[in-house]
Amino acid sequence: MPRFDALLVHGAALTVAVLFCWLLGDLAWHGLAHIDWAFLTEPPRDAGRAGGIGPILVSTGLILAVCLAVSVPLGVGAAVFLSEYTSSASAFGRAVEHSLDVLAGIPSIVFGLFGNAFFCIVLGLGFSILSGGLTLACMVLPILIRATEEGLRAVPTDVRHGAAALGLSRTRTLFGLLLPAAAPGLVVGLVLGIGRALAETAALIFTSGDVDRMPESLLDSGRALSLHIFDLSMNISGGNANAYASAVVLVVLLLAINLTASSLADRWLHRRSLVA
Amino acid sequence: MTVAASPCCSAPQAAPVTRPVMEIENLGLAYQGRWAFRDVCLQIPANTVTALIGPSGCGKTSFLSCLNRLSDLIPGCTTEGSVRLHGRDVRDKAVDVVALRRQVGMIFQKPNPFPLSIRRNIELPLLEIGVRRRSEVDAVVERALSEVGLWDEVKDRLHAPAQALSGGQQQRLCIARALTLQPELLLMDEPCSALDPIASSVVEDLIAQLKQRYSVLIVTHNLAQARRISDRCGVFWVRGGTGGLVECGETGCIFECPSDPVTAAYVQGRRG
Amino acid sequence: MFRWNPDRVLAVGLRLCAAGAAAIVLLIAAFVVVESWPALRHLGIGRFVTDPSWHPTARAAQGTFDLLPMVWGTLWATAGAVLLATPLGVLSALFVHHYAARLAARVYRRMIELLAGIPSVVYGFWGLVVLVPLIRALYPPGPSLLAGILILTLMILPTIALMADAAIAAVPAAQLRAAAALGLSRGRTVVGVVLPAARSGLLTGVVLGTGRAIGETMAVLMVCGNVVQTPDSLFDPVRTLAANIALEMAYALGDHRSALFVSGLVLLALIAALTAIAAHLRPQAVAHA
Repeated sequence: MPRFDALLVHGAALTVAVLFCWLLGDLAWHGLAHIDWAFLTEPPRDAGRAGGIGPILVSTGLILAVCLAVSVPLGVGAAVFLSEYTSSASAFGRAVEHSLDVLAGIPSIVFGLFGNAFFCIVLGLGFSILSGGLTLACMVLPILIRATEEGLRAVPTDVRHGAAALGLSRTRTLFGLLLPAAAPGLVVGLVLGIGRALAETAALIFTSGDVDRMPESLLDSGRALSLHIFDLSMNISGGNANAYASAVVLVVLLLAINLTASSLADRWLHRRSLVA
Repeated sequence: MTVAASPCCSAPQAAPVTRPVMEIENLGLAYQGRWAFRDVCLQIPANTVTALIGPSGCGKTSFLSCLNRLSDLIPGCTTEGSVRLHGRDVRDKAVDVVALRRQVGMIFQKPNPFPLSIRRNIELPLLEIGVRRRSEVDAVVERALSEVGLWDEVKDRLHAPAQALSGGQQQRLCIARALTLQPELLLMDEPCSALDPIASSVVEDLIAQLKQRYSVLIVTHNLAQARRISDRCGVFWVRGGTGGLVECGETGCIFECPSDPVTAAYVQGRRG
Repeated sequence: MFRWNPDRVLAVGLRLCAAGAAAIVLLIAAFVVVESWPALRHLGIGRFVTDPSWHPTARAAQGTFDLLPMVWGTLWATAGAVLLATPLGVLSALFVHHYAARLAARVYRRMIELLAGIPSVVYGFWGLVVLVPLIRALYPPGPSLLAGILILTLMILPTIALMADAAIAAVPAAQLRAAAALGLSRGRTVVGVVLPAARSGLLTGVVLGTGRAIGETMAVLMVCGNVVQTPDSLFDPVRTLAANIALEMAYALGDHRSALFVSGLVLLALIAALTAIAAHLRPQAVAHA
């Protein structure tokens, strides 16, 4: 088989590269022209066909803030517990690890169902930024925990023994030594979590709702950027131009986030990839 | 297993002048039910360097880890016997391990500075004992680093990462770090074996000075080193799969006229 | 004995965090089951597969609740995407490790990582404005199973490629040297040494990709046409389980709403089955590797 393998591999790689360039090129070609300061700050008009995405960016930011405010302390706490306070032999530790694996595999629409039933209805938060953020917090938790654990695992055992031999308390060891040393993993997890939350749409349709006005409190409904793209392209005829522009904004944000994450991961964790 | 007293040094064996810092009786340690060493009795007098020698795998490092209860961190590890620090058994459940480890410092085979700055490495244990004022911290940092002869080498880069230091400097930093807490006893687990000969001799000199203020228990593979720096010497050996202390006495006696044939063969380089 | 010891407080707090994180899964399972329960009780499991069509109403007696076409839609779209994305993904990883020049490999790898970060709604949007018109020109109506398969392929390709990349990178260099010392050609080395050694990791990638394809909502919702029917050809519009939930949840009430939670339950069951199959396959793969 003379060079057949090389032909096949290069062909596949070329196909993927062409599709990638086509996708990004198409978005940039149609979208970039619409983006200016006014587009980023003005409220949408005429159901989004005209105007900008100001309130939508604010809502997106608020949803993200709620998500991180809840998931970061919970996630870091759980990760520290799993890697520092329990051994892989303990039944509780294994149960937690296992349930996180399951959590990571649950489709986002099911998170949406759950968020709708639990946060919106049972807790009475309604369609609100709070409900959406909390739903996303459940979703990004496994990512945060995995990355933080990874970071903690990269801290050599020497350090823990050294700290114990010096008679440092566990609290001091954790906050003075382990968390600073694990910061790279934590930051990578944070960035990946933000990426996942920003990209999410399905879990938000029935939790944060799609009101495109400027939110006045966390209990108001607010439309996330991804949902805005969906709405413009599916439900509003003539909304494609602004959908393109919004898609470019979202993709640029996410690409920046992912580039940050993978370069941080490369530099700090010496890991080949955390993006999968 | 009884510990034979070397015949030529009957007097010093009986009476260290002051009360020993640590008295160890019938100490044993098992991993998953297998004994690493057993029935070890040893007294560590104040202001002396006691060396433990013997071949690899005879339980010397495990022995050290019992003395500050670092063995608690190893899963599946159990101990028996008693270790009294100033008359109080450190194996007692009521003993505060954290406080114990501040009284009994430990230096590891591989230098293990924290991945922080040089200054922060020394500051961290100080925060633990409530020293927070900047001027106080600065004073202790300077004193501790001077004690190990590191001050002049690093005083201009106290905020540089500790891991950028050379191996010998790292080890001296670790010793300085342990000294900030003014421990009663310093355990050293082959502190020179990861260092080059020059760095190693610097650390050796340092240990010799330390005994003026501290008591040191050092594990080493290097017989010449044990002979150079220690006042007293104990020989560990494996018999029947379990390690134990076969002989202990004045360093001179152990090397000149050992009473146990195993010791004799070992110190003369015929076994081990 | 009871002291206000910060270490103890911390330990309890951390344990609570871990318990809280673990509880979310139980909470999700509990809610999906509880919300599905009215429909399961009023309809029984049978009617979800025997009813003639999907015309749900708030009162179970008046509507029809056939989920099968959507199960088929989900399975066909997933199968198609996995079938296309697996070879492309594995070949991409091989390209990076064994065929490309250094610079090309780095650029290509970065590109795949970026591809992984593009959100599903953007894939869906691109499919809607670029792919669907192309398919319409070829064979109307346009929104179709084929469009769904192609978009899903693009979406799960990075997952499979990155996992394959990690697996292929982990093949011991000694084995590659041995192959080189035997004078094996590059193709022979890849087929005979690299792929068998990386099998387990490749499989994991495919499983992850499959899971993503089953659960994907927005992209398929935007390009598949969403007609409830078992597809006869690649050009028929279909509706998947996930899309069904997203489409109807907004106005569903009573048993209809509950039936949508049953769709969610079926999705979870599909994912669970996939995980079980993967777990069953894994030890075998390890034994070979």
